[in-house]
Amino acid sequence: MNTVNAVESFETSIADVDRAQVKVDVRKLNFFYGKTLALKGVSIPFARNKVTALIGPSGCGKSTLLRTLNRMYALYPGQRAEGEIMIDDENVLSPRTDLARLRARVGMVFQKPTPFPMSIYDNVAFGVRLYENLAKADMDARVEEALTRAALWNEVKDNLKGPGLGLSGGQQQRLCVARGVAVRPEVLLLDEPTSALDPISSAKLEETVTQLKADHTIVIVTHNLGQAGRVSDYTGFMYLGELIEFGPTEDLFQRPATKKTSDYITGRFG
Amino acid sequence: MTASAARVARRKAANVVFEVFCWVVTVVALVALAAILWSLLSQGIGGLNLDIFTKSTPAPGSPGGLANAITGSIMMCLLAMVMAVVIGTLAGTWLAEYGGRSAYGSVVRFLNDVLLSAPSILVGLFVYEILVAPFHSFSGFAGSVALALLAVPVITRTTEDVLLLQSATLREAGVALGSTLSYVIRTVLWRSARSGLLTGALLAFARISGETAPLLFTALNNQFFSLDLRHPTANLPVVIFNYALSAYDDWRRLAWAGALLIAGTVLAVTVVARIVAQEQRRS
Repeated sequence: MNTVNAVESFETSIADVDRAQVKVDVRKLNFFYGKTLALKGVSIPFARNKVTALIGPSGCGKSTLLRTLNRMYALYPGQRAEGEIMIDDENVLSPRTDLARLRARVGMVFQKPTPFPMSIYDNVAFGVRLYENLAKADMDARVEEALTRAALWNEVKDNLKGPGLGLSGGQQQRLCVARGVAVRPEVLLLDEPTSALDPISSAKLEETVTQLKADHTIVIVTHNLGQAGRVSDYTGFMYLGELIEFGPTEDLFQRPATKKTSDYITGRFG
Repeated sequence: MTASAARVARRKAANVVFEVFCWVVTVVALVALAAILWSLLSQGIGGLNLDIFTKSTPAPGSPGGLANAITGSIMMCLLAMVMAVVIGTLAGTWLAEYGGRSAYGSVVRFLNDVLLSAPSILVGLFVYEILVAPFHSFSGFAGSVALALLAVPVITRTTEDVLLLQSATLREAGVALGSTLSYVIRTVLWRSARSGLLTGALLAFARISGETAPLLFTALNNQFFSLDLRHPTANLPVVIFNYALSAYDDWRRLAWAGALLIAGTVLAVTVVARIVAQEQRRS
């Protein structure tokens, strides 16, 4: 395969994304853990109300990329990012960005379920209470809405005062999704959300993700290629800190432009 | 491979000798503990009666109890725990969540560990110099401060340890919702670690409840019942120290009864701490 052509076609596919539909635009992003360069000039668009999957072998930088979008890395001294991440017309990496407001706009669900040690209701209301002073009835409605959207309402509606930690692993993860969407973020980041779940719980969560894209722009990091194929509209393949290939999921899986991508998706490495 | 029978026999013999030695040493240690508890129970139980809790320490030969010492000890320990829990929890939280990885954090942790094993008599002397000598008066407050100084390093250490046990993603999950780190610490991490924090506080309480040396130069003692911590304050450890060395049988009986009270309290607190710690492991 001709490398030059491959790179060209990959850049075309980035250009193919309708610019007006780009919600989050990452431009020439470098990321450092101390002196180690973990992301090398990554540019990738995330389309509005679509699911974009990030795939690649462990250590390729996909979680790192995800953690720049809500500046989670700011918790750790020594980690820094260079470049631009535009959400609408605002650069996330600007020092003037208010981190609390950014994280209200960009929600996140983690690999392991992380319910807080409080009731199911309080878990979902936790984020909402940070920003809004809702009357009891309004809060009740918001909690119900969030749990419904996370496909958990029917299972917990009679036990809202019960502890979040008392739920099963799959339910805990959907509780975390509900907690995230209750704040009504514009973007939702999912960091390997099903890797700690059994197949049935994973399938339920995937169904939830597909429904959520009506209201959110979703970025999902996954090790499960089948999952990327099922839930995503676009896919980016990363390797050693670089974005190797990006395009509509179907194209990338069926007609990979680079040998590395085709090797990875056919299971030859990773 | 051909095994040498002699070699195998020697190994087996060494194994038996080692095992027997471990057993014997364990039994010796347990016998010593049992002997202490037995002498405490046999000598102390006779002195336990209602008067112990209702009457103050008597002159030799007249009836009395330990009410003033018990009250003084409870007041000083509680005040010390209030100070120590506030300072220790915040310091431990700082080490675990904020400054622990900096050079300054390492220095703080090291000094805390030094304080953890500092002789309690030194702590008493220190408090004597800053809170007793300048005011020309022994006081219950000074005693509380000395006890707090002994409890703070214990609580700081356990707080840091249990907070570091909480998963990093729990912290990130809170921050990811847009709350500040301090809000996540107060509402999520402390709550998640609460039984560990409580266990640390209980163990610190058990540690200070029997301390005598730091109180000798600070709270001193008081023959009478008093709730005023601005003056010398009666307390169980110093009463035991004085009465046990006295020539009067009734005073020595009171000393044994007081020792039994302290041992019983420490035992109860330790048992509660273990139960609380187990609950943490289950949840």
